[in-house]
Amino acid sequence: MSITTRLAWRNLWRHGRRTWLTVGAMIFCNTLLIFLISFQFGVYSLMIDSALSVVTGHLQVQHSEYNDDPRLRYSVPYGIALAERLRSETKIEAMAARGTAFALASSEKRSFGIQVMGVQPTFEPLVSTLPGLVKKGRYLNNNSSDEIVIGSVLARNLKVGVGDEITLLGSGRDGSFAAGVATVVGIISSGMNNLDRSIAQVPLDYFQAVFSMGEQISSIVVNVDTLSAVAERKSELTATINEPDLVVLDWDELQPGLQQAIQADLFSAFVMYAVLIVLVSFSVLNTQLMSVLERTREFGVMMALGMRPGSLARLVFLETATMSLLGLAFGCILGAAVATYFQVNGVYIPGMEAAMEQYNLPGELYPQVSIISVMLGPLIVFTGCMVAAIYPAVRLYGLQPVAAMRAV
Amino acid sequence: MADKHSPSAGILATLAWRNLWRNYRRTLIMLTAIVVGVWAMILFSAMMRGMLDEMVQAGLRVLPGEVQVHHPDYQDDPSVVNSMSAPKGKLLQVLNTPPVTAWTTRLKVPGMISSERDNRGVLLLGVDPAGEIALGFDPGDIVQGRFLESADDKGIVIGRKLAERLETRLGKRVVIMSQNPYNDVADRGVRIVGIYRARLQATEELFVYTSRALLQKMLEVEDEISEVAITADNYEHVDAWWRDIDAAAGPDLDTQPWTVLDAYLGSMYEIQGTMNVIIMVIIFIALSFGLVNTLVMAVFERVREIGLMMALGMRPQWIMYQVLLESLMLLSLGLVIGNALATATVLPLESGIDISVVGDGLEMYGMGATLYPTLALEDMLMSTLIVLVLGLLASLIPAWRASRYNPVEALTKT
Repeated sequence: MSITTRLAWRNLWRHGRRTWLTVGAMIFCNTLLIFLISFQFGVYSLMIDSALSVVTGHLQVQHSEYNDDPRLRYSVPYGIALAERLRSETKIEAMAARGTAFALASSEKRSFGIQVMGVQPTFEPLVSTLPGLVKKGRYLNNNSSDEIVIGSVLARNLKVGVGDEITLLGSGRDGSFAAGVATVVGIISSGMNNLDRSIAQVPLDYFQAVFSMGEQISSIVVNVDTLSAVAERKSELTATINEPDLVVLDWDELQPGLQQAIQADLFSAFVMYAVLIVLVSFSVLNTQLMSVLERTREFGVMMALGMRPGSLARLVFLETATMSLLGLAFGCILGAAVATYFQVNGVYIPGMEAAMEQYNLPGELYPQVSIISVMLGPLIVFTGCMVAAIYPAVRLYGLQPVAAMRAV
Repeated sequence: MADKHSPSAGILATLAWRNLWRNYRRTLIMLTAIVVGVWAMILFSAMMRGMLDEMVQAGLRVLPGEVQVHHPDYQDDPSVVNSMSAPKGKLLQVLNTPPVTAWTTRLKVPGMISSERDNRGVLLLGVDPAGEIALGFDPGDIVQGRFLESADDKGIVIGRKLAERLETRLGKRVVIMSQNPYNDVADRGVRIVGIYRARLQATEELFVYTSRALLQKMLEVEDEISEVAITADNYEHVDAWWRDIDAAAGPDLDTQPWTVLDAYLGSMYEIQGTMNVIIMVIIFIALSFGLVNTLVMAVFERVREIGLMMALGMRPQWIMYQVLLESLMLLSLGLVIGNALATATVLPLESGIDISVVGDGLEMYGMGATLYPTLALEDMLMSTLIVLVLGLLASLIPAWRASRYNPVEALTKT
């Protein structure tokens, strides 16, 4: 241990209580930041997952106009064959073709305007969680039969159950009159009202027949393993398809609201964090300035004995760094412990049920502890504290040994 | 003996004030920290309040009204079968007395709208135009044509986005379809007389306005309505009066305030106050370490002086009061400046901050693209209360320690 290090360490403990109070501010701030940042990461990935896993998927192949203007005529020609080709060439398994159209669905008692989706029963479960949420009856299992699965609220509103028939009326791709009668084989209950009110799926071949789609489909939905692989897979798919009319859209383009909702939340949270960090830095500034001022005479003597102002400044920085490292270490341990505890046990916020449902979130939320979520906050706090030590350290350069030794 | 040795409050205050400025650098740093903390507390709550107010106001305009009366089965099954007759008797009487400022009745059923090009599922609203405007529909939102003009207007008003989706425009004819109580699909051709814009695209695509009489006639339900929407122009106090409506409507009808009708808005409104207090307390805790530290240092460097004062007969409790007074002065000064600064920051922003950069994301939260921070006396008082009460509590430790010194030991301390 060099002499400067030893001096710095001993100086810190000349006022043990003061040092601990300052370190305590850092520990509090670090623990809070780690928990909140981990919590946010957890909520965001849950938000993305639950928003995408239901219907949207990570990537979609569409006609270039379709996303802005979802009409039947903006379709993907020979879509089923294209999906087949993509599946074999890119080795991505989770890929399913879909058709989407509006129709008036009528039961014996009721009629509602709904969005009907034509799906491939074999592949749909790979890209969507809906097939697994069938609570009554079964999911579709035949590509061309006149069957339909609908959401539980829609079933209630239409007053139909498994085995009843629903008439679909709408217009086909060529503008012709589209009509079909399908038997309800399953009822999906996701627990999310908006979804259960609107979902209606029929086999893709049947869909193409009813809406005069021929060999056309609306989109190919693709799921990849992790969010971080999306960009790479997107360019791979684009290269493989190589058709000017078709585009590959990622989830951010498909649901621009999601990314922006996260950004808006992230921004307001970071403003709050900035305030906390500024407050802790003030605490450090105060402590260090006091400890420099009360040692004016001592510093005067040290300078008279030949120590240079630069070494004294280094000493002050070393003291601050030691203090901040203590705050960093204890803060990280405590913060990681708190966040991990909740990662295992979940956080339940009473009174938030309705708000959670708005974002398709379950009742319990889980923070996501990672190196980034643990280190990000504390490192910024550390930097803030070191910045706060600049002013007390710079003051030392103006110190005159004789005057300093006489200071009270 | 007690009175003889008790300094007057004036002297105590002078002492505390002078002590505060003996080390002006330390005091100024701490003061800055308090000011920043208080400023942030008020700024955050003003932002949250503005955001929430905007969300609720907009939500209530779409709902509309703060209280609605329905047929008991309507919410679950919004069909024309579950409609009711127009308010009369006791209910009518309550609706025409304060605090109710306006009310209207609407026939609201799911239906389809078809243009030559396309069709969409929508909510058909049969409204009384004057009542709709009284409930918050802004005629200024009509971007083309006009709003409905009378209770039996023959036209239809649709949203901008819907017009785009249907590839239709002002003056064109469209067909609206819905189910009548006899399970037949009733339809009717109508001319688009107006196109409105809404804050949320989803609203523009969903709501289609026709006159109440037209929709009633089409569905063969003369005088039947789906809902009564009621406002008293003050959503915060809805709890004070919605039960009167409920009582007057009787057990055969379902009366609900907006907090139930839109559970998301309701819960956001509920938790807002708690959230504000939590944020304020967190900011205060971050502040409190510095505050306690400052006081500990101030006491520590004055140990001998405190010993001397005690030796001269000052009682321990007065020493404690003096330190507390010092802290109180520091906190109050910080609060005054912090509040002033926050007011100066928020007031110019009250006309609105453009945050359309993340507009789509905010739409997900049900918010518009402009944020109107709202300064509320309530928030300022709350932050003042938190800072003063918790601040004095935190100061108790150093103050109490100062009063525990043994005069002789303190005097000889170097």
